[in-house]
Amino acid sequence: MARNITIREAIREAFDQEMERDPTVILMGEDIVGGTGSPGEDDAWGGAMGIYKGLFGKYGNRLLDTPLSESAFIGAAIGAATCGMRPVAELMFIDFLGVCFDQIYNQAAKFRYMFGGKAETPVVIRTMYGAGISAASQHSQTLTPIFTHIPGIKVVCPSTPYDAKGLMIQSIRDNDPVIFCEHKNTYSIVGDVPEELYTIPFAEANIVHEGDDVTIVSYGLMAHRAVEAAKQLAKDGVECEVIDLRTLSPIDMETVIESVENTGKLVVVDEANPRCSIASDISATVAQQAFKALKAPIEMVTSPHTPVPFSPDLEKFYIPSTEKIINSVQKTLSN
Amino acid sequence: MNDNPVPLSRDELLRAYRMMKTIREFEERVHVEFATGDLPGFVHLYAGEEASGAGIMMNLRKDDNISSTHRGHGHCIAKGVEVKGMVAELYGRSNGTCHGKGGSMHIADLDMGMMGANGILGAGAPLACGAALASKYKKDGSVGVSFLGDGASNAGNFLESLNLAAVWEIPAIFVVENNGYAQSTSRDYAVAVDSYVDRASGFGMPGVTVDGTDFFAVHEAAGEMINRARKGGGPSLLECNMIRFYGHFEGDAQTYRGLGEVEEIRKNRDCLKKFIQQVTHAEALTHSDLDGIDQEISVLINEAFDEAQNAPRPTEADLLTDVYISY
Ligand SMILES: Cc1ncc(C[n+]2csc(CCOP(=O)(O)OP(=O)(O)O)c2C)c(N)n1
Ligand SMILES: [Mg+2]
Repeated sequence: MARNITIREAIREAFDQEMERDPTVILMGEDIVGGTGSPGEDDAWGGAMGIYKGLFGKYGNRLLDTPLSESAFIGAAIGAATCGMRPVAELMFIDFLGVCFDQIYNQAAKFRYMFGGKAETPVVIRTMYGAGISAASQHSQTLTPIFTHIPGIKVVCPSTPYDAKGLMIQSIRDNDPVIFCEHKNTYSIVGDVPEELYTIPFAEANIVHEGDDVTIVSYGLMAHRAVEAAKQLAKDGVECEVIDLRTLSPIDMETVIESVENTGKLVVVDEANPRCSIASDISATVAQQAFKALKAPIEMVTSPHTPVPFSPDLEKFYIPSTEKIINSVQKTLSN
Repeated sequence: MNDNPVPLSRDELLRAYRMMKTIREFEERVHVEFATGDLPGFVHLYAGEEASGAGIMMNLRKDDNISSTHRGHGHCIAKGVEVKGMVAELYGRSNGTCHGKGGSMHIADLDMGMMGANGILGAGAPLACGAALASKYKKDGSVGVSFLGDGASNAGNFLESLNLAAVWEIPAIFVVENNGYAQSTSRDYAVAVDSYVDRASGFGMPGVTVDGTDFFAVHEAAGEMINRARKGGGPSLLECNMIRFYGHFEGDAQTYRGLGEVEEIRKNRDCLKKFIQQVTHAEALTHSDLDGIDQEISVLINEAFDEAQNAPRPTEADLLTDVYISY
C-alpha cells in the first residue's frame, strides 16, 4: 500500500525497516539522537532535520551521537564497514566534507582496488547539499561533482520520496561506499511511497516528463525545476523530455543518449558550479557519443563560478531558475 | 587573585560595560527581529556569554587577531567591528560589513583584527595560529586568539593546532567557550576529559579554567596568558565555563535542556547582572553611569536596525564580484 509521505519520512522509514531486518545496520552522526548526555529529552533533535526522530526509542545504542569530529567518526564508520557492519554516517552538511575527505576518497574509495578486490566497504554517508535558505558560502554548496570525480565511491541524489526510500535501502545493501546527497529544500516534498521494502537499482535514470523536442537532464531539487520548466513550455507547444538521473555515479548515460538521439537538443541543469560539474560531464559525454544527433549547441544551466552568497537578493540569482531553464530550452530551439 | 575586586580604571570599566551591554542589546534585538521572519539564514546568539568575549578583548590591541565561531556576533562587537555594518550584514544588504555576501556566520573585519566568524567548526584554530606565526616573524608583539565552543574542541583542526602552536612556540591563545552543549549534545558526553586544563597539559601548554560568567576572572586569566604570549612565552588555553541564554540557533525548541534550566541560568548566572553588581558594590561605577551608557546603546541599536531595514540591496551584478582579486 502506498501512502503520501515526505522525503524526510521516507528516509526514516528506510532506516527503520532496514534496521529491523539487518542487525548490522547502525546509524551515527552529530545530534542524530540529539540529546545524549543532556538533561532533557533523549532524542530531542533526532538529527538536524529530524530524520531520525523516534528511532532511538526503538533501536537504542544502534544510533550513536558523535563528538564533533567528522574525520574520526566517518572514518570509524568506514572502518566498521570493512569489519562486517553496515553503518550509515551523517555528514550534516556536504560542505563539512573538507574536514573528513581523506577518509572518504583516499580510504573508502580506494580499498577495493588497492587491496586487489578483497575489501567490501558497505558504508553510506548521507549528507545535505544545496542553496536556497541563505545559509551562505559554507553551508549551501552542491559538491556532488567532487564525489563523482573519484572512482570507487557511488553517488546518489534522490528527488522524490519514492526514490529516497528505494535508493536509501539500495545504498545500505550495496557493498560499495555510497554518498547519499539530499537537497535541503526537498525534505518536505510529498509523494506516494509503498509501505513495504523495495530497492531502486543504481544507474537507472527516470524519465519524469516525456517529450520529443528537447532533452533536459537534471537531478535532485533541480529535477523539479526542470519539470516545472517543461510544464510551462508545454503550454507553448514545446515538448521536453526531462530525465532525473537519480544516481550520479554510476550514471545512466544510455537513457540520456537515447533521448538526445531522438530530440537532437540537450539542456543540462545542475546546481553545482559549472566547471568540471555533472553538467559539463554530461555535455562532454553527449558530444562524444551522440555528436551527429545534435542539432544545436548543448546548453548548461548552472550556478555561476562563484561561492554561494548569503543575501537572499543574490542567492536567487545564483540558483538555476525555472526561467533560466526555459530560456535555455528556447535557445536550443532557435538554432 | 588581585585584592581589588574590580582592578580596572574607571574608563576601562565603562568600556567593558559598553561592550557587554552592546552585545546583549544587539542579540536581544536580533532575537526579536528573527521571530518576525525578516532576518534570513541561521543566527546563533551570544547572549549570556558576553563576559568571555569582553574579558578577553579588553586585553587585546587593534593589531591582535582573533578567529571566531558560528556564534560570532559578540566577538565582532568586542573586537570593535562597527555595529551598524553588522546589522546591515545580517539583513544581507550591500552596505553590510561583508556587502551582504557573508551574513551572520561570516562577519569579518580584517582591519579590526577580526578574521571572521566561521561556519566550519574548528576552522578558526589554524587561522589564529597563522596570525600568531605572522606576529613572530614581524616581531610586533601581537597575538592570535582562537575562540571555539566545547563542541568544536573535539575537531581535529583544533587538536592539531594545539600541538602546532606548542611546537612552534607561537603567541596563540585558545579560548574554549564551554557552554555545556554542542547543539543538543552535552559536553559531558562528547568530551572525554573533565577539564580542558588536562587537554592543554597533554599538548604541552598551560591551561586555566575560569568562571566565564565572571568578567573579572576572565579578564585576569586572559591578561596573564596574553602578556606571556606577547613576551615570547608561547601559547596557552583558557576554558571559560558559561551558559547560553537562547537555543543553539534561533528556532531551536531546546527540549534537550533540563526543566527550568534557562530560567535558572538567566536568574542566577547572568554575567551582565554579575558585572553590574560587582562594579556598583565596589563603588567603582554608579547606576547612573550605567544608565547613561544604556541610553546610548539603545539609540545605536535602534538606528542600526532602522537603517539596515531600509538599506540598499545587492544587485545581480554583485553576484560575480570578488571571487578573485585579479581575473
Ligand atoms: C565541521 C563542522 N561540523 C559540524 C557543524 C555543525 N554545527 C554547527 S554549530 C555545532 C555545535 C557547536 O557547538 P560548540 O562548539 O560547543 O559551540 P556553541 O554552539 O555551543 O557555541 C555544530 C555541530 C559545523 N558547522 N562544522
Ligand atoms: Mg557549546
